[in-house]
Amino acid sequence: MRTKPGLLQTQAFRIVLVYVLLFAFSVTALLFFTYWNTRRTLDRQTDQIIEAEITGLGEEYRHFGLPGLVETLRSRSLHQGQALYLLVDGLHHYVAGNMDIWPQISRSTPGSMVEFDYERPVNGKMEARRARGRVLAVPGDFALMVAQDVHDRYLTERMFTTTLPWTVLLILVLGAAGGGLMSRNMLRRLDAINRTSGDIIAGDLTRRVPLTGAGDEFDALSDNLNRMLDRIERLMKGMRQVTDSVAHDLRTPLNRLRNRLEESAARLNASGALKSEMMAGEIERAIAETDQLIATFNALLLIAETDAGTARAAMSPLDLREVAADVAELYEPLAEENKVSLAVLPAPPAGVEGNRSLIAQALANLVDNAIKYTPAGGQVRIRTALTEDGVDLSVSDTGPGIPVSDRPRVVERFVRLEASRNSPGTGLGLSLVAAVAHYHNAELVLEDNMPSGLKAVLRFPKSAMRAVPGVPLKSAAE
Amino acid sequence: MRILVIEDDLEAQRYLVQGLKESGHVVDEAADGETGLSLALSRPYDVAIVDRMLPRLDGLKVVAEMREHGNSTPVLFLSALSEVDDRVKGLKAGGDDYLAKPYAFVELLARVDALMRRRSPVGVKTRLDVGDLELDLLSRAAKRSGTDIELQPREFRLLEYLMRHAGQVVTRTMLLESVWEYHFDPQTNVIDVHISRLRAKIDKGFEAPLLHTVRGAGYMIRAH
Repeated sequence: MRTKPGLLQTQAFRIVLVYVLLFAFSVTALLFFTYWNTRRTLDRQTDQIIEAEITGLGEEYRHFGLPGLVETLRSRSLHQGQALYLLVDGLHHYVAGNMDIWPQISRSTPGSMVEFDYERPVNGKMEARRARGRVLAVPGDFALMVAQDVHDRYLTERMFTTTLPWTVLLILVLGAAGGGLMSRNMLRRLDAINRTSGDIIAGDLTRRVPLTGAGDEFDALSDNLNRMLDRIERLMKGMRQVTDSVAHDLRTPLNRLRNRLEESAARLNASGALKSEMMAGEIERAIAETDQLIATFNALLLIAETDAGTARAAMSPLDLREVAADVAELYEPLAEENKVSLAVLPAPPAGVEGNRSLIAQALANLVDNAIKYTPAGGQVRIRTALTEDGVDLSVSDTGPGIPVSDRPRVVERFVRLEASRNSPGTGLGLSLVAAVAHYHNAELVLEDNMPSGLKAVLRFPKSAMRAVPGVPLKSAAE
Repeated sequence: MRILVIEDDLEAQRYLVQGLKESGHVVDEAADGETGLSLALSRPYDVAIVDRMLPRLDGLKVVAEMREHGNSTPVLFLSALSEVDDRVKGLKAGGDDYLAKPYAFVELLARVDALMRRRSPVGVKTRLDVGDLELDLLSRAAKRSGTDIELQPREFRLLEYLMRHAGQVVTRTMLLESVWEYHFDPQTNVIDVHISRLRAKIDKGFEAPLLHTVRGAGYMIRAH
């Protein structure tokens, strides 16, 4: 069984994540471009105004000299506006203008535009503001600063730079959340399909993927899957019918044969002649043979059914210890008769989801074999054990064991080792056990029993483990 | 006893009818579901033997219809279908017992007898007697000629089943199904060993054995 993918592993989430990152990047780039462009335009406008001012002031200076310039600066400084002026002497002392102190910039960098902070009273309070302007050298070691207050632009800019990361973050968060929702929705739809597939894999071919009626790609996919399933189910039904009729067509003649033989045996017994007595014996042997045939046939059918998983045998949580105890109880007298000691070793509860009858039959086959092949005085032990991978149900004996090279072969149908050729049996015992194991997603493992003998283990996976009524679910790993 | 046989395989039907008649039963037969159903509803029968796969009306449906009409005749299903879930389906549809084809006639006869016995109500028994063997179902104690017999729980159930069907043949499969609740044939005949154990407990040291082996069929407990 594959595990369900986590949210982060889903394709939908990954696609959305990539998309959101791309989107966030584009938005950031776009905003930066707009910002940069706007700022450039605004700066150019400010610069033009400053250049115009400088040209005007230059005109004044050229005509009226320094006093004219000071006069103009004073008159322009009367009303406070965007324009800022400051004329200082060589010692940075105020001469004229509407700024009080020379800002923190070098006066020896005339020509280029600079930005600086200054203070001015607003509503009676001093307030730090931002300005942009140019420094001009005035002959006589004076310096003139012509600037424009750009504090509003500065605020906007600051707001922009502080909100931008938040905006991007918001986009990412919303995008991720949206992606999560979207992929969860998709996951749910996919889950429905997966669950249905799981049930079908488990053998219930009547299941169908539910349609939401949205008419989207998922519905189209589900519809296609359903139609495919219909087709498969039809095929499976057809196959089942074939098996059923094989069963019917083979069993019926077998039945008739048996009937006839029984009938003749009865008739011969009634007539009581010596010769007929011999014939009766003959017929009885034939009946016994037929019975053997029937047993083989039944086992074969059961193997085919459990192997193919077409049988829907009732599954329920059961404690393997109970199954083991029941089977041991059934075989105990036989073991005693064969002078073999049979016991179930004490163990913690071992709950699995399974079919009691099938598991009991498989275990009975293993115990039957173990008793059959264990010499008098030997031991047969049934044990359940919790392992890291699940639950083991094992039967170990002190018989001759099976050579490692023969082990894969004995599980195959009808294979009987040379040594056991003459003992009764259909040769289907172990393959039936393997089929039952397969039916339960379990595995039949043949191992050496220490110091001698065979240990047959039915290895149930963790996924088959269940809490059985009255018994808590525990595993060795916990 | 009146028995209805619904079986479409005519050879099998003939054999069944003849065998049942020889065992002293009155038998009616039908070869398809519809005829079988109308027979079942029009006359009283002690047992109906119904094949699972029938032409015109499936065996399951025949029995379901019978039950719907309030007919409670015990039904023994004969089925040639594979067995894993078929038995459950048959019993769910209203069948009382289930026998897979191919079967031995003695097996069928033993089951038919058991079904008839089940039908005649004997009230709630708390004690079973066969000859001088007593079984107290309340104290779960067994006695023969006044001597206590120690029985394991399963041996008790085995003896109880045999004594409930005293005078009747009980097959190994019936024992395995009723006493152990297993619906499969163990490779070795483990039932025989259980019976010989039980026999050692109840018959050993007594002149007249009660537990008899019926050759080719099964076991029977009876007084003589």
